[in-house]
Amino acid sequence: MTNSWTDIRNTDLVVIMGGNAAEAHPCGFKWVTEAKANRGAKLIVVDPRYTRSAAVSDVYAPIRQGADIAFLLGVIRYCIENDKVQWDYVKAFTNAAYIVKDGFAFEDGLFTGYDEKKRDYDKSTWDYVIGADGYAVVDNSLENPRCVWNLLKEHVSVYTPEMVERVCGTPKAKFLKIAEMIAECSSPTKTMTSMYALGWTQHSKGSQNIRAMAMLQLILGNIGVRGGGMNALRGHSNIQGLTDVGLMSNLIPGYMNLPTEKEVDFDAYMKTRGFKPLRPGQTSYWQNYKKFFVSFLKSMYGAAATPANHFAYDWLPKLDVPFYDVLRAFELMHQGKMTGYFCQGFNPLQSFPNRKKISDSLSKLKFLVVMDPLDTETARFWEKHGDINDVDPAKIATEVYQLPSTCFAEDDGSLTNSGRWLQWHWAGGTAPAEAKRDTWILAQLHLRLKQLYREEGGAFADPILNLEWPYADPGDPTAEEIAKEINGKALGVVKDPADPTKVLVEAGKLVPSFAALRDDGSTACGCWIYSGCFNENGNNMARRDTTDPDNTGAYLKWAFAWPVNRRILYNRASADINGKAWDPSRKLIEWDGAKWSGYDVPDIAPTAKPNEVGPFIMNPEGVSRLFVRGMMRDGPFPAHYEPFESPVINPVSPRMQSNPVARIFQDDLRQFAKAGSTEFPFAATSYRLTEHFHYWTKHVRVNAVLQPEFFVEISEELAALRKIKLGGWVRVWSKRGSVRAKAVVTKRIRPLICDGKAVHIVGIPLHWGFTGVAKEGFGPNALTPFVGDANIETPEYKAFLVNIEPIDWPEA
Amino acid sequence: MSADDIEPGDAIHRGHPVIVDRYTKGARINHWITAASLVLLALSGLALFHPKLFFLTGLFGGGQTTRMIHPWIGVVLFFSFFGLFLRFWKANLWKREDGTWLARIRDVLTGHEERLPELGKYNAGQKFVFWSMSALILVLITSGVVIWDQYFYEFTTIEQKRVAVLVHAIAAVLAISVWIIHVYAAIWVRGTIRAMTRGSVTGGWAWRHHRKWLRELAAKLPNGRSKTTHAK
Amino acid sequence: MFPPIPNPTTKPQRPTFGAQDLIRRSASTITPPAQRQTEVAKLIDVSKCIGCKACQAACLEWNDLTEEVGVNVGVYDNPHDLTANTLTLMRFTEWVNPETDNLEWLIRKDGCMHCEDPGCLKACPAPGAIVQYSNGIVDFDHDKCIGCGYCVKGCPFNIPRISEVTHKAAKCTLCSDRVAVGQGPACAKACPTQAIVFGSKDEMKTHAEGRIADLKSRGYANAGLYDPPGVGGTHVMYVLHHADKPEIYAGLPNNPRISPIVEAWKGVTKYAGLAVIGFAAAFGFVHHLIAGPNRVSDADENAAERLADGRRWRS
Repeated sequence: MTNSWTDIRNTDLVVIMGGNAAEAHPCGFKWVTEAKANRGAKLIVVDPRYTRSAAVSDVYAPIRQGADIAFLLGVIRYCIENDKVQWDYVKAFTNAAYIVKDGFAFEDGLFTGYDEKKRDYDKSTWDYVIGADGYAVVDNSLENPRCVWNLLKEHVSVYTPEMVERVCGTPKAKFLKIAEMIAECSSPTKTMTSMYALGWTQHSKGSQNIRAMAMLQLILGNIGVRGGGMNALRGHSNIQGLTDVGLMSNLIPGYMNLPTEKEVDFDAYMKTRGFKPLRPGQTSYWQNYKKFFVSFLKSMYGAAATPANHFAYDWLPKLDVPFYDVLRAFELMHQGKMTGYFCQGFNPLQSFPNRKKISDSLSKLKFLVVMDPLDTETARFWEKHGDINDVDPAKIATEVYQLPSTCFAEDDGSLTNSGRWLQWHWAGGTAPAEAKRDTWILAQLHLRLKQLYREEGGAFADPILNLEWPYADPGDPTAEEIAKEINGKALGVVKDPADPTKVLVEAGKLVPSFAALRDDGSTACGCWIYSGCFNENGNNMARRDTTDPDNTGAYLKWAFAWPVNRRILYNRASADINGKAWDPSRKLIEWDGAKWSGYDVPDIAPTAKPNEVGPFIMNPEGVSRLFVRGMMRDGPFPAHYEPFESPVINPVSPRMQSNPVARIFQDDLRQFAKAGSTEFPFAATSYRLTEHFHYWTKHVRVNAVLQPEFFVEISEELAALRKIKLGGWVRVWSKRGSVRAKAVVTKRIRPLICDGKAVHIVGIPLHWGFTGVAKEGFGPNALTPFVGDANIETPEYKAFLVNIEPIDWPEA
Repeated sequence: MSADDIEPGDAIHRGHPVIVDRYTKGARINHWITAASLVLLALSGLALFHPKLFFLTGLFGGGQTTRMIHPWIGVVLFFSFFGLFLRFWKANLWKREDGTWLARIRDVLTGHEERLPELGKYNAGQKFVFWSMSALILVLITSGVVIWDQYFYEFTTIEQKRVAVLVHAIAAVLAISVWIIHVYAAIWVRGTIRAMTRGSVTGGWAWRHHRKWLRELAAKLPNGRSKTTHAK
Repeated sequence: MFPPIPNPTTKPQRPTFGAQDLIRRSASTITPPAQRQTEVAKLIDVSKCIGCKACQAACLEWNDLTEEVGVNVGVYDNPHDLTANTLTLMRFTEWVNPETDNLEWLIRKDGCMHCEDPGCLKACPAPGAIVQYSNGIVDFDHDKCIGCGYCVKGCPFNIPRISEVTHKAAKCTLCSDRVAVGQGPACAKACPTQAIVFGSKDEMKTHAEGRIADLKSRGYANAGLYDPPGVGGTHVMYVLHHADKPEIYAGLPNNPRISPIVEAWKGVTKYAGLAVIGFAAAFGFVHHLIAGPNRVSDADENAAERLADGRRWRS
């Protein structure tokens, strides 16, 4: 989230698209209710299904899954056509005026530079024209045909309301009504918030779905303001924390990159990370990368990381491929190249696409370790459960170890919510039986491995032998100790660079924030963006003060938000070019002639003059990007592509059906149904229900009571077509697998007319398995395709093709 | 002369006094089972009918057991009464003299039976008790099943149950009232109770109240004096 | 935002109401307290409800109830009806508004309405098994319940259920145990959108007015409060977008009142019945006094003997 949950109450218009906040985030949804109650805000829901969010919406419009970009670019086109643009914002705070290199173009569904063999682009033309002064060339009049604004205008021109209706199946009148409501928010005194979740990410073009809305929000001037923003509703209570601390195969904490094998030494690694400003006087905050990176290495290897050995850069793993994400891990298992798997708090047999492939892959392992509070399906993948887990245990040789762990309520620690708030929690109960804290298990493993390396040696033992392990009880680190390590501390005296006589932090003290981090090895910090969470003021994450001056929704004394307790990112953009709030009634920070101050921690240097320094300080441009240069693999602008399994031929660019650079493995390509397949004629989508949380709560009786049994949802029309009875059994199958479910026949799903053809939708919720107290059932991952987003590899769970028929099955 | 009035087991024994067998052992057992269940039903039913009588649940071990046991006693009553019905229905068919008897109800109540026609085994009052009990018990068992939620909840709507509960209450009140009349009549007309205890009445009782029945029985007697010993 | 229900204190608390505050007690005549406590009410704003069932979960948890894991029968309502363990239930109705042709998903939290004139209490034969506190809460006392099911027949909303295990009636208590120590009902505490709020009945009515004005501004011309006068008003009220048609919300009664049949049963029948029985008994008593016993005379016996002996009898 750029903003916070509590800030949603400040909005005038909530757009829930690519998510279902009421269903999946009922507690956070209260802030929508607050906005409606306090400000008379309106709620728009755009979804293939009439959801629980839609139940309390002011306007609902249906959309075919996987057509969001067409819809959003349609709205952008509407805003441009009708001059519903917050011009002052767009001109000052976006790259609309930047001139793009000649040669960049978009034709037949492809941007310049496509290499079909590599399924990748040469992105060299996707960039600004750089002037003789080394800065990007801009045309503030927006008259240059090669400026971003004009390229954008041209790019979206095809997405007329008629085209939107053709692609999305959204009736034109509904689309126009929504476009009109959204366009209203181009006024500086009206804001819209975008609430989205996995309905946008789980597509082969998921990142671009989100970009499309981000661009719309920039055009409306809604980024950085109260009640605005791009608000990703994270799917787990701590999934934000997961990405923050770099639990991705290509990241290290704080959104820094794990080196690749091409970056053979420290200098090579830093060379591409200069982040020189692209416009004069801009902050380009990533220029501090080295400080964060070195501090991270110091926290990893302590005294063993010295300037002489480049802070032990060599001990970091180096990537030989862009990602070792789960899709690749299972591909490697399937090929027999990965033979052991350590599965911590994760249930891939239920979570990952093409369940058959997951099950086959796990069967090829030598060993599988499952650390989980629950008895997961993954831990029991070898167990036969009728047609639901149809395996032959006699043929599976994988050795499975289950290490029972505590759940969040049995442990102290912090969770990072969608709004980047690190909220400390205290154990509410003791763990049952032999369950141990994850930290205990990992510490014990580490100590035993270290011992083995020490005694027996082994290849490349240094990173393990030298790993910094500064805990009072090495076998059982406490949450506070780890939190302090993440916050960072001064190893030597940290002095003010402007005034070397002034000591900022004494040696051995916790650093107040990442501003104190240094690249000379005098500081250590586990995750720079979290710095400040546990400093000499104490555990800031444990703060529970609900003071909120003037009811802005900031709650600065409640917990800790990264970075540096800032609640709304880019909040400098809440004020105009001169530093005055766009909307005086929604002031956030303002320039008082000497410094920035207000209700939030300014997202800009406190004394940076408003006319000189742009608000998007992380970008070398200092402004936000409508055109994202070469930073996304599938294009600097979003474009509509069909899902890899789609009921229609791409109406926008028939020659390029689906995302040309989406992640696919050759073997899996054969397992896709053709576009407009008659064998698999129905468009399926998967989702959560509010009664359950993933595959956890089926272990809880109360939740099992509230939603006991696996079902699929279909329209009355499809039920009539296939002679399916309400509550009857059906079989749903895709090219990859088959599930058996009860049929919920509902008015909440209606067939959509897309490109002149009726598209029937099959909704498949995901909460059932074969462990727990709820009825045994299938999950949609038996059906979903093994294809990932081009940029972040998220599998395409939200759009695929199936067939459906009624079956006889005895009641359990 | 119709033989309807004579039921199996009815017999006359000469002697001083004459003894007339009125109810067989089976009929008496049947009657007393019916009587006992009706009393228990009345007590348990009244306990749930009016708050002032709720204390009666104490007789049954409390409210829960009262609620549980009442319908089961009802089942006993129903089948038991059904036995009586099979035994007695024929003799309770309406006769012409019953009309006359009814028309002279004042003479009945004042004990001037000499002004009444000769009657068969049952007079119109007894027949009224018999038929009204038959009807009321049928109503009670039917409405009772409708509100016997433990086993039959799902078969009727709440609205039907409401009607049933009202009908059940009214029918029960009437049944109890009929029962009071029945019991009072047995007390008032001396010599009656022994019919249901010992099974027989004196000839004089039969002569006085059911002379036609007595004549029918006498007509079946072989000639000659009875060898029967006198009753004390 | 309506002020949230406070978190409970960990200190022991004295209940703020109890047996001395009853205004009605089943099958009993009582003298109500001179001073009535502030009437409380739960307000369920159907237009704010997202059907998350947190209220259902909270109800099961707070009341320590164990419900069966059922099956899916093609709808979202689970369990499929109120039970002795499910004291509150989300009922989902898919309704196409004929005026706008838009689908509306009406989600109503069903449960005891805590009528000011409770039909269950009127029907109950067990003294004190159903009570009404002066704050309006209608509560079942399980120790006194005999499981007869009369409350089921008395209720105009089809709420009470008889447990097949304990044979006791069960329904929402409005969390009288929580309210007594200054807490709101568990469902209201758990509701993420404050679709359920709890307070004094007056406060709730005022709060509802604001909500109704908001709904009217959004085009729901018939938005209104459901506080049916037929049962003297209720201590659980609904804000409905279509208050003119409560029946579209999974059969919420349009003008509920205690059934006239139940009124007759618990009213005139109760008194007339005893009168009839008493009259029958009194008649016999008086008759016996006046008429004396009807005895068999010696003449009768002689006549019988003569008849038995085959001699003709002459009068």
